[in-house]
Amino acid sequence: MTPVDAPASTAAPVLEMRNISKTFGAINALRNVSFTVYPGELHALMGENGAGKSTLMKVLSGAYTADPGGEIIVGGEPMPTGNPKLARAKGIAVIYQELSLSPNLTVAQNIFLGNEPSRYGLVDRRAMVKAAAPILERLGVHFSPTTQVGMLSLGERQLVEIARALGADARIIVMDEPTTSLTTRETEKLFEVIYNLKKEGIAIIYISHRMEEIYRLADRCSVLRDGAYVGTLERKELSAARLVSMMVGRDLSSFYRKEHYTPKQGGEVILSVRNLGDGKRVHDCSFDVYRGEVLGIAGLVGSGRTELARLIYGADRRTSGTITLNGRELSINSPREALDQGVAYLTEDRKVLGLFLDMSIAENVNISVLEKDARTGGLIDFKAVARRAAKAIETLSIRAQSASMTAGALSGGNQQKVLLARLLETKPKVIILDEPTRGVDVGAKSEIYRLIDELARSGIAIIIISSELPEIVGVADRTLVMREGRIAGEVTASAKEPIDQEAVMALSTGATTVQQHMPAA
Amino acid sequence: MTDAVAQTQRDRQLRLRVLITALGMLPVLVLLVLGFELLSGRFLTFNNLSIVMQQAAINIVLAAGMTFVILTGGIDLSVGSILAASAMIAVIVSLIPDWGMLGILAALAMGLACGFANGALIAYLKLPPFIVTLGSLTAVRGLARLLGDDTTVFNPSLPFAFIGNGTLFGVPWLAIISISVVLVSWFILRRTVLGTWIYAVGGNMEAARLTGIKVPLVLLFVYSMSGLLSGLGGAMSAARLFAANGLQLGQAYELDAIAAVILGGTSFVGGVGSIWGTLIGALIIAVLSNGLILVGVSDIWQYIIKGLVIIAAVALDRYRLQGVSRT
Repeated sequence: MTPVDAPASTAAPVLEMRNISKTFGAINALRNVSFTVYPGELHALMGENGAGKSTLMKVLSGAYTADPGGEIIVGGEPMPTGNPKLARAKGIAVIYQELSLSPNLTVAQNIFLGNEPSRYGLVDRRAMVKAAAPILERLGVHFSPTTQVGMLSLGERQLVEIARALGADARIIVMDEPTTSLTTRETEKLFEVIYNLKKEGIAIIYISHRMEEIYRLADRCSVLRDGAYVGTLERKELSAARLVSMMVGRDLSSFYRKEHYTPKQGGEVILSVRNLGDGKRVHDCSFDVYRGEVLGIAGLVGSGRTELARLIYGADRRTSGTITLNGRELSINSPREALDQGVAYLTEDRKVLGLFLDMSIAENVNISVLEKDARTGGLIDFKAVARRAAKAIETLSIRAQSASMTAGALSGGNQQKVLLARLLETKPKVIILDEPTRGVDVGAKSEIYRLIDELARSGIAIIIISSELPEIVGVADRTLVMREGRIAGEVTASAKEPIDQEAVMALSTGATTVQQHMPAA
Repeated sequence: MTDAVAQTQRDRQLRLRVLITALGMLPVLVLLVLGFELLSGRFLTFNNLSIVMQQAAINIVLAAGMTFVILTGGIDLSVGSILAASAMIAVIVSLIPDWGMLGILAALAMGLACGFANGALIAYLKLPPFIVTLGSLTAVRGLARLLGDDTTVFNPSLPFAFIGNGTLFGVPWLAIISISVVLVSWFILRRTVLGTWIYAVGGNMEAARLTGIKVPLVLLFVYSMSGLLSGLGGAMSAARLFAANGLQLGQAYELDAIAAVILGGTSFVGGVGSIWGTLIGALIIAVLSNGLILVGVSDIWQYIIKGLVIIAAVALDRYRLQGVSRT
């Protein structure tokens, strides 16, 4: 299957987004982004995690209102932003990663949800089924409109989502990572449907991190970086190298960089993971962490980084693999056992999975060691609690009026320090930090980097998961790159040079492997 | 709005919330007491206060157990039924010649066993507390009826009747027991590791698991505790009545216990609250019942007023939680 011929540039664009900006508080999520889509074209949208792709699509679908100054023109007419109903009426449909269907309703009911054909004020079920049938036929699917959506596979549900878009007469369909949870066969089916939609003149905006899909489907590909538009490549210009450099080409000077990158391989192995997997989202992961090393785990969102960390920590059940610490195999079946044996984990979602927001700083810092410190009868040793809390506030410079302040009242950076303090109190030998600087201000960020450096020097093995490549480059001696639940490769810093960003990006998008399979274009 | 203004506003909200939390429902209780005294002129007598305390005692004990449960974000609907079953066994055992005092122990054991069963199902089979205790509400009620062949059991010479009717230095034993339960509960919640874990589990169960807290053990404990205290309530009830009836005793007691906890400011989602609040909540309910009778309000209006007070309290609970970002 070859992509439909690129649309004639003479055709009028179906969508123009001009100078779209979006700020949240002090954060510029989008800065003057312009973006044009022609009928019958598949326009891919690429960019790192947090580059602004989803925000741009939310502006398009009316979920967000754009800042003044920008405009959206659909089919030649301007469309005000921030009105989802209007966007739908203008023929814009978004198919989200988390499917938004009601599993307890039928296919036909889902297609016409909120838009039911009615007679005398009652839903006309028969008309609905009748109207759904030709849409499903257009998509070439074989299930009936009266099937319950709950009975369908994920791939089939995605087709129902597309059918819903067609039912609403969509002219522009946005697909956000549509193949993430699909099998190969379902993916093929989806591509076939996309091909047919394009033939009908429907424009598709396709967000994906997978280089192979971009090569196969895209007529054009635009790249966003840090909320700004970088550029658009025509199909014949597409190359992994160009796309990768457009995605990462960032000035690193403003980011933290540690002074010495010293490869630690060949030294003493602290943690050794072999063939770890959960049968679902993590497969056959093996790696070592050396004494004093800061090991990064890079990869795109959804590549299985957090899942891997949670398996090591015993937060989720593993189905295969071994974890060895200082040469001794660990039996970790719960976070408690992990902590007891010297493995600590800092969650990526501190408010939902980490802090007790209504409890004091002192309690939050001490919670993991309360039992160990307790006097006979399980009585809290309040002196120890106060001592540990005071030490944490002092050494991590947590800015709080007192240790009895509730954790919920602290700023993001100080909350993160409270969690770090809690984890350090358990005297871990291995620390896994999952997005340690997410939602943390610049000052606290550099303090956390300094702390990571100090901890590594003290002999603790550190694993850091980050979606921000410059962060990995700044703090890690070596990084693993995950892709689709597996370790796709690793990139090591040298004594002079830090980790090569482009190499990491190429591994995480699969560009390196695809390049080999690409016929000369 | 600038950040500075927003910050001061947040600060002010936070301070207000802290104030409301600290004072809780105490002002309401004081106002009710003063109001009833003004209206009836015979509320604030030692005699009447003794009666109020006796009326409140069993609910305080049940509500103390309920506080543990609700602090973990759970609910125990079975306390009234457990109380009935425990009262039955207390009276039946009290009929054994010379060993009648064992009735108290039997009641406690019965309560503990029922609570342990609830806890095990919730903690280890991970069933929802509402469903489990709704089931045991019915099942244990049946058990209570079974114990006395669906009749009322009597013991006119109950060996532990002094608990229900006697006094120590003029203070009713029922009051002494209920206050002791509150003190022990306070000690567990605020002075032991387990207590901190209870708050942590209620505040954020997944975070509690990830910090190495034995969550199932905590859940098992709180439901066992609630069961044990229901058993104690059963013994108190039997001692007061010299009798027990498996069908009628303790009907809808769970609702008063829950109402006391919520009135006391313990958050229904768990993690926030105190046993002192529960004590005040239970006293408010008892003062309302007693005071409305003294003032001469009809039985029907008593129900309506009590119900509205509970709803108003939950509205306050909502308002309090708004100030802080909760997840």
